Amino acid sequence: MVLLSGVNAASATAATPDPLLRVKGVTLEYATRERVVRAAHRINLDVHAGDRFVLLGPSGCGKSTLLKAIAGFIRPTEGQILLDDRPVTGPGADRIVVFQEFDQLPPWKTVLGNVMFPLLASRRLPRAEAKERARDSIAKVGLSGFEDSFPHQLSGGMKQRVAIARALAMKPRILLMDEPFAALDALTRRKMQEELLQLWDEVRFTLIFVTHSIEEALVVGNRTALLSPRPGRVRAEINCHAWDLHSLGGRDFQAAASRIHNLLFDTPDPEDAQDNRAVAAE
Amino acid sequence: MTASLTPPIRAEYERDLPEFIDAPVERDIPLAARLWSQDWLRRLVIVAAIALIWELAARWQASPLMLPTFLQTARAFVSGIADGVLLDRAWISITVLLKGYLAGIVLAFLLTSLAVSTQFGRDLLSTLTSMFNPLPAIALLPLALLWFGLGQASLIFVLVHSVLWPLALNIFAGFQAVPETLRMAGRNYGLTGWRFVAQILVPAALPSIVSGLKIAWAFAWRTLIAAELVFGASSGRGGLGWYIFQSRNELYTDQVFAGLAMVIIIGLLVENVVFATVERATILRWGQQR
Repeated sequence: MVLLSGVNAASATAATPDPLLRVKGVTLEYATRERVVRAAHRINLDVHAGDRFVLLGPSGCGKSTLLKAIAGFIRPTEGQILLDDRPVTGPGADRIVVFQEFDQLPPWKTVLGNVMFPLLASRRLPRAEAKERARDSIAKVGLSGFEDSFPHQLSGGMKQRVAIARALAMKPRILLMDEPFAALDALTRRKMQEELLQLWDEVRFTLIFVTHSIEEALVVGNRTALLSPRPGRVRAEINCHAWDLHSLGGRDFQAAASRIHNLLFDTPDPEDAQDNRAVAAE
Repeated sequence: MTASLTPPIRAEYERDLPEFIDAPVERDIPLAARLWSQDWLRRLVIVAAIALIWELAARWQASPLMLPTFLQTARAFVSGIADGVLLDRAWISITVLLKGYLAGIVLAFLLTSLAVSTQFGRDLLSTLTSMFNPLPAIALLPLALLWFGLGQASLIFVLVHSVLWPLALNIFAGFQAVPETLRMAGRNYGLTGWRFVAQILVPAALPSIVSGLKIAWAFAWRTLIAAELVFGASSGRGGLGWYIFQSRNELYTDQVFAGLAMVIIIGLLVENVVFATVERATILRWGQQR
């Protein structure tokens, strides 16, 4: 397994084009009333076009903060985030975020209205074309027939699908997902992961995906950055393009998962690690 | 101890479920229950009960000068409507009221939009509301008369005062309560400034805004009727408050009650027709309120 990923990394670097997104020495801090907390320290990451890049780490490792910085909601105190070699200075429609919370969908807009909203708000398309693009994108996530429903009439999984359709319709340079399936039940989550991979196969977007589940990282991502907590630093970058939902539970998959677990928690004892991992993955 | 907590292992079983015919899967709710579930009917019953108690109390008291009966009041009301006096007076009140109400709404939106976008605006709003909100509008009337004279301008001034502060407080509270995720989603699409306020904050805060508009509407009525009672007709044409005042002076107590009933009926209409329609079309449809 280690050998395999080593080979892949080598073959990848041989013909590496310029990365789409570069995180260069980024330090992120946030202020509470009493003190300034360093959430992430000098992070360096390259994300290439077509990547399903996963940020994985325990809570408090600054992965969500890093994603918000890439989205432009937070300014780095140090370092730079470059998208297509241009520095990120604020939120923009070229980086659409799918949040974990269901209230990211304005309740006063129908499914169709919600998907059209960013297209119209960013004045990217006239109304008629926006409608067509929105219908197309709603069909892609399997919600045809629900165009006129309001968010409060949908289940959690359907709401997240609307959020994904909305993001896809914008054809962003990078799609940012902040634990998008964390608030879903386990069965729906499994299905959403599967659909996301199918969608990626079909559309081929670039994705940055934040999660705290090792399984999800291995299944969804093609490359995973492991972040250590307090402050967040990159512990490792691991290739995981070899895994999908069908590898769940396989011997190699388990080995990869416990390797990641050991890297994250620095617990070399394999038996101990196995137990903890099972708990962490639930 | 622990051994006794081990559950026994039981046999598995499978069952074939035949089509369910033992009882109907759906059944109708009885007519009476369906009728009683209508809001308007229950409310009508409440109003009828009040009218009945009033009628009995007035008959027992037997002094039309102090307390006319419900039927006497209804007669005065109908004749007031028939000869056009009551409608005319109500119309005068409503036109003045709407001018003050709308001006107050515009000012409240300006103030709160400023308050969400700048720290200074926030300070301005909180200082002004804490200073002026406790002041009864009617207490400003003498000043208003001094500044704007005996006319509509004075009335509109006190109306704006009574509408602006409670409404601004409600709108601002609504804006503050908009979830962070929704704000970020809006900013993500590149919405800023007034477009952000109009397309994200206002619809998201609509439950608070509507409740603020209702409170402001009631405050405006109270202020207007009280102001008309105190200084009467503006430019020779008085509204409902003046009608009530005049009728009292001439000891037409039934007309006093008819005037009050008019205020109540307008209030009920606005609440149950105008605001209810707005709520049905927006916050109820969007699931922001049950």
